[in-house]
Amino acid sequence: MLPLLRRELVERRDWITDEELVNYYAIGQSTPGIIAINTATFIGFKRAGIIGSCVATFAMVLPSLIIIIIIAAFFSRFQGNPIVSSALCGVRIVVSLILVFTVFSLIRKTVKDWLSIVITSIAFIVIVVFRVSPILVVLSSAVVGLLAGHLRNKTP
Amino acid sequence: MSLFVIYYTFLKVGFFTIGGGLAALPLLQVYLVDGGWVNQKTFIDMIAISQSTPGPIGINMATYAGYQAMGFPGAIMATTGMVTPSLIIIILIARFMRDFNDHPSVKYLLSGLRPAALGMIAAAVWFVLGESIFHFDLFPRGNWLDWKGISMFIVFGALYYRWRLHPFFYIIAGAIAGIFIF
Repeated sequence: MLPLLRRELVERRDWITDEELVNYYAIGQSTPGIIAINTATFIGFKRAGIIGSCVATFAMVLPSLIIIIIIAAFFSRFQGNPIVSSALCGVRIVVSLILVFTVFSLIRKTVKDWLSIVITSIAFIVIVVFRVSPILVVLSSAVVGLLAGHLRNKTP
Repeated sequence: MSLFVIYYTFLKVGFFTIGGGLAALPLLQVYLVDGGWVNQKTFIDMIAISQSTPGPIGINMATYAGYQAMGFPGAIMATTGMVTPSLIIIILIARFMRDFNDHPSVKYLLSGLRPAALGMIAAAVWFVLGESIFHFDLFPRGNWLDWKGISMFIVFGALYYRWRLHPFFYIIAGAIAGIFIF
């Protein structure tokens, strides 16, 4: 998504600089919410304050709203059809496959030291086996990260 | 189910999702599937549609789930709920703390959050696999090895590994293959 934003906002409209875009995107990655929405909100705020951020966010979700509502309305009519349901069996396999590939590429990007291996494995296990709430996992991993970071900093 | 429940549910999803792409998946799995809004099969179909259409996957999923629950108003409420935390938090940061990412504590928090998010995404993918290919819950159910599914997984896996096209093409190819195989 970053190249698309760059072409539109930096090159064509000259709304923000390259450096600002990278900075907003980085903040979007580290705050609650979806990166694309966060970045759009940030740029909208920078251009036109609170109204600007609301407009930017609304515009960002509008294509999803239109396209998905059309598909969902259309799709529900064909769900009982036997041809559609065998097609969906195939689709589910392909989706699983794409998800598995995505997880492996995320592992390569995220898992760097022993702490990240431990946190990743524990998060996986407590959700699959014990069905712990993801909210609890998010909160406790944030605390662990904070404690580990400060401890490491104190003992160089 | 009321519009307020839809809004509040996606507000939580929006608040506890950090990142892009599949980051919202674990929370959606819990609220939508475990919460009884949709079954696991429909959930996977929603992922398929969200991945092969434009727009962030999390927003597409929210719109879809909201529409399934309460039609057009449901879709609007779900999407609004999902973006509310972004709006509030980003406006606060943009206004008061531009150097947000320079705080060491933010870096430390993320060093815990990123791997946890990965583990949770992997868990959501585990549940998806358990429905689409292997038919297990925590342990295999009877007749859990679906050979047709596994063969298709392997063949498409090899193709996807070799040619990394947009998911849309593979999802269409999977639909066509599904009609002949299942």
